Amino acid sequence: MPERTGGRRTARRPRALWPALAGPGVAWLVVFFAVPLYAVLAVACGRDDAAGDPQPVWNPLRWSLGRRAVPELGVPGDGFRGVWAGLGDGTFGPPALRTFVYVGIALAACCLIGYPVAYYVARHGGRRKGLLLGLLLAPFWISYLMRMLAWVNLLQPDGYVNDVLDAVPGLSGRTWLDGGPVPLVLGLIYGYVPFFILPLYAALDRLDVRLLEASRDLHAGAVRTFLHVTLPLSRQGLLAAAVITALPMFGDYYTHDLVSPSNRTTMIGNQIEAFLRQGSGQRTGAAMVVVLAAFLAVLMVYYLVSTNAAAREAR
Amino acid sequence: MSTRVGRRRWDRVVGPWRHPWGLAAVTWIYILWALLPVLVAVQFSFNAGRSRSNWQGFSLRWWTGDVSSLMRDPQLWVTMRNSVVLAVLTMLITTPLGVALAVGLTRWRGPGRGPANLLMLVPLVTPELVLGSALFLAFTRVYETVGIRPVAALVGGLPVLGGLAERVGTITTAQIVGHVTLNLSYVVVIVRGRLLSIPAQLEEAAQDLGATPGQALRTVLVPLLGPAVFAGLMIAFATSIDDFVISAFLLADATSETVPVRIYGGVRTAPTPALNALATAMLALSLLAITLAIAVPRLLRRGEAKTADAVTEFASLDL
Repeated sequence: MPERTGGRRTARRPRALWPALAGPGVAWLVVFFAVPLYAVLAVACGRDDAAGDPQPVWNPLRWSLGRRAVPELGVPGDGFRGVWAGLGDGTFGPPALRTFVYVGIALAACCLIGYPVAYYVARHGGRRKGLLLGLLLAPFWISYLMRMLAWVNLLQPDGYVNDVLDAVPGLSGRTWLDGGPVPLVLGLIYGYVPFFILPLYAALDRLDVRLLEASRDLHAGAVRTFLHVTLPLSRQGLLAAAVITALPMFGDYYTHDLVSPSNRTTMIGNQIEAFLRQGSGQRTGAAMVVVLAAFLAVLMVYYLVSTNAAAREAR
Repeated sequence: MSTRVGRRRWDRVVGPWRHPWGLAAVTWIYILWALLPVLVAVQFSFNAGRSRSNWQGFSLRWWTGDVSSLMRDPQLWVTMRNSVVLAVLTMLITTPLGVALAVGLTRWRGPGRGPANLLMLVPLVTPELVLGSALFLAFTRVYETVGIRPVAALVGGLPVLGGLAERVGTITTAQIVGHVTLNLSYVVVIVRGRLLSIPAQLEEAAQDLGATPGQALRTVLVPLLGPAVFAGLMIAFATSIDDFVISAFLLADATSETVPVRIYGGVRTAPTPALNALATAMLALSLLAITLAIAVPRLLRRGEAKTADAVTEFASLDL
C-alpha cells in the first residue's frame, strides 16, 4: 500500500500537538492526585517535628512504621504499628469486620434488587425505555445526603414508616433510629442501588437477543436460559457493578453518621475520618488510609484481570 | 413429544416472549421506593409545624416566613451560593481540561502515553474517602501556601480575579481543586468513548484537503465531539452539586459549607423543615439543569436528534 506509507503525514503533523493537549491535564493529575496520594504514605511513615506535630517524610529510606505502643504508660502506638495494635485492641478490628459484613449484605441486596430492575429495563423496556431510564437516573441528580435526610425523616418515631407499620399488629411503635445496624444497612442499600443498576443495565443492554432465542429454540426453559445464558453473559456487568458500589461503600462514613450515629455501628471510614481530623492521630489515620487503599487496589486488580481475561475469551 | 406441541401452542397464544409482569412489578416498586422518600422530604419543607415527620398542614414558613427559613437565614443562602458557584467553576475548569486530555491521550503515540493513561484511570477507582484524605493532607502538609482557605485569600490581590472572588463566594481553593480532580477522569472517559467512534479518516481527509492538524481538530473533531462535551459538562455539574466527602474534607469553616455539608451538619444537630427546603431548592436547581441539558442540544439540532443523547451517553457510561 504505497499511499499508506505515512511518511508524508507524520511529517506534516507536528508531534508536539498531542502531548501539548494532554499536558495540562496530566500536570493537574500529577500535582493534585499523584502527589497527594504520595503525601498520605509520607505522613503515614513520617515522624513528629519538635512540637509533636506529625510531619511527612518524603524519602522512603527514612520511613518509619510508627511509634511503638507502651501500654504500661498508656502511650498508644501510631502509624502502621498503631493500626496493627488497633486491630487487636478493638479500635480497628470490630469496625473493619462490621464494614465487611455491612458491605457484604448491602451488595447482596443490591444484586437482588438491581438485577431484575436492570434486566427488565434493558430487555423489556420497549416504548417506555426512555422514561424508565430517566427514572433510574433520577437518584443521580438528587444529592445522596438529601436521600439520607429523607429516610431519617421517614424513620422518626412519628414518621410515615411507623404510621404504615402501626396497621400491622406486632410491628407498631418501633424505634428505628436507635443506633442499630438495621437502618445503616438499609441506608447503604438505598443509597447505592442506583450505582449498581447502571453498569448492570449497560451490560444487559448489550446482550445478544439471538443467544436467548437460540437457547429457547433448543428447548431451554426460562430458568435454564437465565442460569446458562443470561447470567454467565452478564457476569462482567455484575462484577463491574459490584466493584463500583463496593469501592465507595468501604469508605462510607456519612451514612453511619446520619442514620445510625452510635459506637455499635462504627465503620472503618468513621475511624479514618476521626483519626485524620485530630493532629496527633493523623499518622495512624494516614496509615489506615494506606491499608484500605491497598486492600481496595487488590479488589481492583482482580477485577481488571478478570475483565481482561473475559475480553480475550471474547476474541 | 406432547410437551413440545404444548409449548408451540403456548407460543402461538402469548408470543415467543411473554411480558414478564413480575419483573415489571419489581421495577416499578423499586422506582417508587427510590423516589417516594425524596418526594416526602419535599412535602415536609412545606410543613406548618417544626416537625419533619408529622404533617401539620401546608405553609411556606420554612421557605420565607420564619427567621430560620431558607430566604431569611443568611447562612443557608451562603450554602446555596457556595454549591452553585463550586459546581459551575468545576464544570468550566474540568471540561476543557478533560476534553484536551482525552484528545491528546487518544492521538498521542509517544513514550509516556502509557503512564499518562494509567494516571488518568486510577482516579476512577479511587474511593472518595481516599481522595479526600489525600487532598486534605496535601493541602495541610504540602501546599501549605494555598492551604484550605477561601479563594479570595489566594487571588484577592489580583486585579480582575480578586474582585470576582470577593463576589463569587467563600468556597475554598482546595474544594475547587478537589472537585476538578474528582471529575476530570470521568470527562476524559466519556469524551474518549466518543472519540474512538469517530473514524480517523475524517481528520486525515481534512488534512489532505490542506488543513493543519490544529484546523482539522477545530473544524472536524470539536463539532463531532459536541454531545460528549455536553455530557461531560453535565456530569461535572451533577457530581459537584452532589459531592459531600471532598467538600467536607476541604472545608475551611461554616462559610465554605455546601448544601450536602449543611444537610450533614443539620441532621446531626437540631434540624427544622428549613433543611428540607434547602434540599428541595437544590433539587429544583438540579432538575432545571438536567432539563436544560436535555433541551439545549435538541433545540440546537432542531429535532433531528434522538431523545436525550447526553443522558443515554451518561447511562451507558461503562467503566
